[in-house]
Amino acid sequence: MRCHDAAQSKQSAAVCPHPNGTEPRPLVVALVGNPNIGKTSLFNALTGFRRHVANYPGVTVDLARGAIRDTSRPMQLLDLPGTYSLAAMSPDEMVVSNVLCGRQTGVPRPDVILAIVDASNLHRNMYLISQLAELDLPMVLAMNMIDIARGRGIEIDCHRLAERLGVPVVPINATRTDCARPIVAAIERAVGETLRPRRAELPAALCAEVERLRGEAGGLHFAEALRVLMDRGRYAEEQFVARGGAMDLLRRARGRLEAAGVDGLRAEVRARYAWIAALLDGVIRRPERPVTTWSDRLDRVLTHRIGGFVSLLVVLFIVFEALFRWADPLMRAIDWAFGRLAGEVGALLPAGIVRSLVTDGLIAGVGGVLTFLPQILILFAILAILEDCGYMARAAYMNDRLMRSLGLSGRAFIPLLSAFACAVPAIMGTRAIANRRERMVTILLAPFMSCSARLPVYVLLTSAIIPDLKFFHGWTSLHALVLLGMYLVGMVVAVPVAWLLKKTAFAGPPSGFMIELPSYKRPRLRAIWQRMYFAGREFVLRAGTIILLVNLVVWALAYFPHSAQTRAAVVQRAAREGWDAARTDTELAGAYLRESYLGRLGRGIEPAVRPIGWDWRIGMAVVASFPAREVVVASLGTIYNLGQDTADHPEPLHEALRQARWDDSARPVFTIPVALSIMVFFALCAQCASTLVMIGRETRSWVWPFVSFTGMTTIAYFAAWGVSAAATAAGW
Amino acid sequence: MSLAKAPMARPVRIVGVHGDDPMSYRLMEMGLIEGAQVEVVGRAPLGDPLHLRLGDYELSLRSEEASLVEVGEI
Repeated sequence: MRCHDAAQSKQSAAVCPHPNGTEPRPLVVALVGNPNIGKTSLFNALTGFRRHVANYPGVTVDLARGAIRDTSRPMQLLDLPGTYSLAAMSPDEMVVSNVLCGRQTGVPRPDVILAIVDASNLHRNMYLISQLAELDLPMVLAMNMIDIARGRGIEIDCHRLAERLGVPVVPINATRTDCARPIVAAIERAVGETLRPRRAELPAALCAEVERLRGEAGGLHFAEALRVLMDRGRYAEEQFVARGGAMDLLRRARGRLEAAGVDGLRAEVRARYAWIAALLDGVIRRPERPVTTWSDRLDRVLTHRIGGFVSLLVVLFIVFEALFRWADPLMRAIDWAFGRLAGEVGALLPAGIVRSLVTDGLIAGVGGVLTFLPQILILFAILAILEDCGYMARAAYMNDRLMRSLGLSGRAFIPLLSAFACAVPAIMGTRAIANRRERMVTILLAPFMSCSARLPVYVLLTSAIIPDLKFFHGWTSLHALVLLGMYLVGMVVAVPVAWLLKKTAFAGPPSGFMIELPSYKRPRLRAIWQRMYFAGREFVLRAGTIILLVNLVVWALAYFPHSAQTRAAVVQRAAREGWDAARTDTELAGAYLRESYLGRLGRGIEPAVRPIGWDWRIGMAVVASFPAREVVVASLGTIYNLGQDTADHPEPLHEALRQARWDDSARPVFTIPVALSIMVFFALCAQCASTLVMIGRETRSWVWPFVSFTGMTTIAYFAAWGVSAAATAAGW
Repeated sequence: MSLAKAPMARPVRIVGVHGDDPMSYRLMEMGLIEGAQVEVVGRAPLGDPLHLRLGDYELSLRSEEASLVEVGEI
């Protein structure tokens, strides 16, 4: 096609700019491909885990960058979100197009494209490649999953494809690190010899209009101008107009196309698939009859009307079992270690403010947070396995009908399921939902799913207060049932909330659902480790900063003013009543706390929490846990342990809670109704600064985090009151 | 005949995709173009969405979207 040659010569000057002309900047390699075909694995294989995530203005997706190892010149790999097409249907997909055209502020235009395709599904994967070819950048094609293709009897002639396409084609197994070397060599060759892929032949009238638009509007790449022209009422057009492009130009160009009898997008899609068919003819060899793989057989069972339902329940059961039973010994070990550490360190320090700060504030705070790392790692391992083996897509498929009753789609199932680990990544995961209204509702529902940060609260109160009754010969227990109940509370409440949101702020027609069902794969250990590592690191770093900071603030609020007057009053009373030293210490601790700033704050809100049956200490802990729910455990620890010499007697928090009494009485604070109401409150409240920040970031508005916080707190308050009243009435 | 009403486990040929909205075009971009073969492999336990086999891969679509796709006997 003649228009292509013209485009090629115009573009070559734009490739490889050196801003200063002196030090050559690293070569920027863009990693592009369809979703879920091993892009992240390839990224990790090339960069060796060194992943730098940066935020860019106006972009909601994280663009990860990393230096490629073992190259003759520095290379930066840029991981772009997975996409099926450059015709963006979501903001994420638009980012891909923008980065590749050098439109993204803060990201240099890539010098070369590393495109990854799924060998077992080459035709459809080549659709994106045919679009990428129009960017006029050198390209390397990484042919992944060649083993899966072989398993289905599909053979691909990579040499012939490379010859026809004009760029290196490298067969790889992205899960193995040894795929890096040939890829790097191919990138160096593609850049050195400026190997650009041959383009698809689009209808001549279409090319002419694209070139005309480029001439009239100025500064548009061919691929960009094509999208602006074709994607009526979508992101590319919106962006063109926002940058000062005249809508009139588009209207006239489209009118001319129509007059010429070119059915815009339809013609484009048809032309691309015709080109792909010709390109792959003789490159790809299939068996006469499709091979039925073990994946197909397995799928018949796992998505069967009854088998599918049963297997889904089994999967959910294993998830919960793993979280509560397998994590337990590890949690105990961490608990014990930090208790020991506090004891050892405390003994070296003189009694007073420093010892209290180190043992009660620092060590107890960090330990309290790390205790929950095992559960987070296990949950992320499970999520990684489900995603890696292909079951997650089936879960979305099977639950679509169910999610539709919430006005959502099966796509929301995955983000909402991962919200059981943490709402923060879940809210990030909603970006895969193209429909804005559905995405907003999913974001606002995510915090209702019981995240791992609530677990500490449930586990603490259940094991300390709820009697451990066994049922069915020890197959289940009251503890397990209470935990299950807490997980159900959020889900049940989410139903009317979703309904309300869909009826009010996000009313509109239902959105579509289209999801790929990949063949089942054996989950790869490396991918699982990677997910666990990144999740664990994120949690610990978050714990290390926000949570510890809050713990220290809470410790300080609970320690100061620590006045001599308080001490004098207690000592006087001890002498009068004849208390022993231990009793005096306990009383002194209580007195210090009552007089502390936190005590005063807790007393301030006591009238509000009294109807639920909470005392001022619980109110205090709830106030203190605003930044993150899991903080409430450390706060309770500080509140109940402070003043006692935890250095010498590292008493578990359980015992402290059971011993807690209403001021000057023998009535225990933590009764079953109180424990249940605290758990229900934490199941439904929005006590998590990170989630609120994330909601703000993803909805691009500070209204929604505010609505989320006030709404959820109100619901949580009344639900806690209701549960407490019901449990009391039931005589528990 | 619409794909939503196509018989189970029997390949049919796509005649065309209706509609002028992004979803219709994305369906085409995913390979649901005239002339392509598609087969309804199954339905989700609750009756919807559909499980389709299209060329080398499998895809799930709701009946609602599948009804945009016009199919005919091979």
